[in-house]
Amino acid sequence: MKSAIFKTGAVFATALLASSPALAAPAADAAAEVAADAVSGGTAYIFNTLLFLIGGFLVMWMAAGFAMLEAGLVRAKNTSTQCLKNIGLYAIAGLMFWIIGYNIAYPGFGEDSMGLFGMAGTAYGMQDVGSADLDTGYSVASDWFFQMVFCATTASIVSGTLAERIKIVPFFIFVTVLTAVIYPVVVSWEWGGGYLDSVWGFSDFAGSTLVHSTGGWAALVGALILGPRLGRYVDGKVQVFPGTNIPLATLGTFILWLGWFGFNGASQLAMGTVGDVSDVSKIFVNTNMAACGGVVIAIILTQLRYKKADVTMAMNGALAGLVSITAEPLAPTVGQSILIGMIGGAIVVFTVPLLDKFKIDDVVGAIPVHLVAGIWGTLIVAWTGDATFIGQLVGVLLTMVWVSVASAIVWFILKATMGLRPSAEIEIAGLDIHETGVEAYPGLANQA
Amino acid sequence: MKFVIAIIKPFKLDEVREALAGLGVAGMTVSEVKGFGRQKGQTEIYRGAEYSVNMLPKVKLEIAVSDELMPKVVETIQETASTQSIGDGKIFVLDLASTMRIRTGETDDTAL
Repeated sequence: MKSAIFKTGAVFATALLASSPALAAPAADAAAEVAADAVSGGTAYIFNTLLFLIGGFLVMWMAAGFAMLEAGLVRAKNTSTQCLKNIGLYAIAGLMFWIIGYNIAYPGFGEDSMGLFGMAGTAYGMQDVGSADLDTGYSVASDWFFQMVFCATTASIVSGTLAERIKIVPFFIFVTVLTAVIYPVVVSWEWGGGYLDSVWGFSDFAGSTLVHSTGGWAALVGALILGPRLGRYVDGKVQVFPGTNIPLATLGTFILWLGWFGFNGASQLAMGTVGDVSDVSKIFVNTNMAACGGVVIAIILTQLRYKKADVTMAMNGALAGLVSITAEPLAPTVGQSILIGMIGGAIVVFTVPLLDKFKIDDVVGAIPVHLVAGIWGTLIVAWTGDATFIGQLVGVLLTMVWVSVASAIVWFILKATMGLRPSAEIEIAGLDIHETGVEAYPGLANQA
Repeated sequence: MKFVIAIIKPFKLDEVREALAGLGVAGMTVSEVKGFGRQKGQTEIYRGAEYSVNMLPKVKLEIAVSDELMPKVVETIQETASTQSIGDGKIFVLDLASTMRIRTGETDDTAL
């Protein structure tokens, strides 16, 4: 459970007392013991908070990863718009999560509540300057910050799929609803101690379903309602629009990979004991190895299937491996992690062309990576973690129903009122000129 | 005066430039271009979908030379740019009506 209460202060204090020569002396008086308690509690508080802060800014940096990956894989004429969407959605997610999102995600469900929807009454309170409540085990602001960046990640997933053909305003409005309501509701079922957690024993350590599949379903429904890019499918054949900047996309992938150590590692939620800090370390290893497995299998499979190793598939393979291990990055052995990541990578190689068969235009492969690999990662927890297959399946299906239906309603309303797509003329000319007025690569190549 | 336009493989540029400088060619203009000839294009794969690259990258040289130097220039480009394989490019020679050096206003052969 993401909102896990600080659980280890007492253990930590005992350990510290036992290992401290001064306090082991029989002469230690009561005052000294009280002082030691305060120090140890404070130390755990500091380490737990530090984990949230470091993990939080690593996950924040994933927004940069998504931005660079997408900027590299869209055509030059849509690059500025894609960058604008990424910086805009990050900001909107932060604002909405503060205004209402956190209250819905962590409503404090009552005893008799079904745990499907709730809302904490008051705005999330930060502590006063210089003060700290040691009972929580960590700084509440660090916890809020860490939760907020996860919300932003969910929104990032949607922008990549819908790139190059959606107007900025309806996209931002969708992100507003997604980050204010749709995502927080899913979080409340599990990390907020709601329905999936209490009734089904659903397990999703860092969010294969809660974050990645949620973003994936919103993206899939959006892609279906929005339609493919103009000229993408002609006479049943896929027309390729190659990415503009592969180095940028590669950098974006590595940034995401780096950010994932915060995403999964800090989801341990505690670093105040030797046990916790060891677990965080193990999560780092498993997370990394799953990504390695995803990359290698994507290279091998594209080489075998197409006689050429596709670098963009290798990037997707890394991310699919990461998404796959996110539901349970602690319990598996390293070998299991590699295997889970490899199957995630294989899923991408087969799902990308499959989506094209159904004329679902996913510019960066976010649906295979975040949705399909997210489902895979969630279900496999029944094998590696502490969960049942049925419980995991219920979590996947409930998320599917809620996110798909809620997203579809929002997309359809936006389509009916303001329209989702620019005119064909604008789409062909590129969104940059008409949506932002700023070209990503302006002027003649050698004019600079 | 003649105006020589040569389309060559990009990696041959340095070799051709050096050989021409050895002949006393005093300047040239180079651009990165794309095009196709009998080589057509080639088939690539991107994210599981095949597509054909119809235009291949080449380098275009534009060189203004005197009538006397022209045959040697063409011969040298042909010799140095050739790899004996498809896609080596082409050389075009045009008559050049006039030339002027912008800095001094000199014209024709003295401006080359």
